[in-house]
Amino acid sequence: MKRIYMDNNATTAVRPEVFDAMLPFYREQFGNPSSVHWAGRAVSGAVEKAREQVAKLINCSPAEIVFISCGSEGDNMSLKGTVDALRDKGDHIITTTVEHPAVLETCKALEKQGVRVTYLPVDHNGMLNLAELEAAITDKTILISVMWANNETGNLYPIEEIGAIARKYKVRFHTDAVQAVGKVPVDVQKANVDLLVISGHKLGAPKGVGAIYIRRGTRLTPFMHGGHQERNRRAGTHNVAGIVGLGVACELSGAHLDAEATRIRVLRDRLEQGILERVPEIKLNGHPDPNLRLPNTLNVSFAYIEGESLLLNFDMKGIAASSGSACTSGSLEPSHVMGAMCVDVVLAHSSTRFSLGTDNTEEDVDYVLEVLPPIVQRLREMSPLYNRAEPLSCEECQVIRKIH
Amino acid sequence: MYSDKVMDHFSNPRNVGEIENADGVGEVGNASCGDIMKIFLKVEDNVIKDIKFKTFGCGAAIATSSMVTEMAIGKTLDEALELTNAAVAEALDGLPAQKMHCSNLAADALHEAIKNYKDNHSA
Repeated sequence: MKRIYMDNNATTAVRPEVFDAMLPFYREQFGNPSSVHWAGRAVSGAVEKAREQVAKLINCSPAEIVFISCGSEGDNMSLKGTVDALRDKGDHIITTTVEHPAVLETCKALEKQGVRVTYLPVDHNGMLNLAELEAAITDKTILISVMWANNETGNLYPIEEIGAIARKYKVRFHTDAVQAVGKVPVDVQKANVDLLVISGHKLGAPKGVGAIYIRRGTRLTPFMHGGHQERNRRAGTHNVAGIVGLGVACELSGAHLDAEATRIRVLRDRLEQGILERVPEIKLNGHPDPNLRLPNTLNVSFAYIEGESLLLNFDMKGIAASSGSACTSGSLEPSHVMGAMCVDVVLAHSSTRFSLGTDNTEEDVDYVLEVLPPIVQRLREMSPLYNRAEPLSCEECQVIRKIH
Repeated sequence: MYSDKVMDHFSNPRNVGEIENADGVGEVGNASCGDIMKIFLKVEDNVIKDIKFKTFGCGAAIATSSMVTEMAIGKTLDEALELTNAAVAEALDGLPAQKMHCSNLAADALHEAIKNYKDNHSA
């Protein structure tokens, strides 16, 4: 069976060049980079080379890069480390309602410790009102945390403008950039960010490695205490092979960024237009202007049907995508991002994300366009919400109203 | 995550559709938690002669709907009322823990349809 992977915002395959570069660091060059002997010396250079490769991609100094285990660690470290380090300055954080759980749940945990958090709402396109952000800043605000790009909708946030606001009020600015780095240009100088989080497995490096950019002079209490690794900013023996992989993945992404973004953008637009033309009664989730979304992401809801049953049907045809449905999240609530955008709850249950990657081709897109309409139609014909003869209940009416 | 039986009933659901002039109709569920099930009955001499369903919901919701219709057809109303959610889940070789509520819904929809039939025919 054909296998088409369109869930690259969830994770990506390790790129072959990355895999090859990592292999020697498991057997031949197994040393601990903190050791002074031959085995350690052989690998410490590799870690530093990777640091330069990561720094180059986001335009910072290698000394400002700290290697970590994943995006969630970076977000926890940024928020908790800032709260602890800036306790004397204030106790207020500003973030958004559409952040990844790594930020939202960390904020909730901090609230239990007395930190005040403002969660900025988004409009129905999922965008922020920057005047509201500016108005939320008080003399107790110690951190603004806004993601660079949203994982579900692909929406790109105006990071440079937010950075300028943060700079104006001298408030620290953290951005969870795990979905952006490697997909769109990310320049920490232009954006005026102080803390930026990268996850390896979103850009062709393996799972279990990431990096955080910490602007020079940013006081941050370590999240992981222990040895002197990473200049006392993050304890723990280096994941050498993973770090080497992350470096190579960053170099590859940087070298092909514009060309690859353009190529994937063409495929995503073809998929988006194709679905809009072939399937009636659907809703695009996220900003309608594709330029304001990641070039690889499309999120669409199909009225009258539920997301998990759609995904299972795709899966039977070899297509891997993801859903904002409650049934795929292990809770009874659909996606908080759809909720924040006031997407009707039934449409939120059918929100389906296609996130394309380097391996996708035009043929893949055409295959999806061929198999998707009959699947949607079959599920609709099974749905008690579709083509009802009798009057609809209030709850069901809501769905229909949102569509028309 | 799902058993082969669940996937079988999900990909080839039995008794999908509606019955015109059904003798009993039951609809349960809630759009906000993502499941709505509707069951239609044709009853003769207190026996379920025909049964159809329509479901908005996840894989488990569709599979349990399909299974409950298969289990109920040919049964007397009283026998059908004794069908439990646990029996439906068991007939499907089990459901993941977080999906057990789907089997509750399927049995509930059947029971609602029988209740509706009894209400219509009590006079």
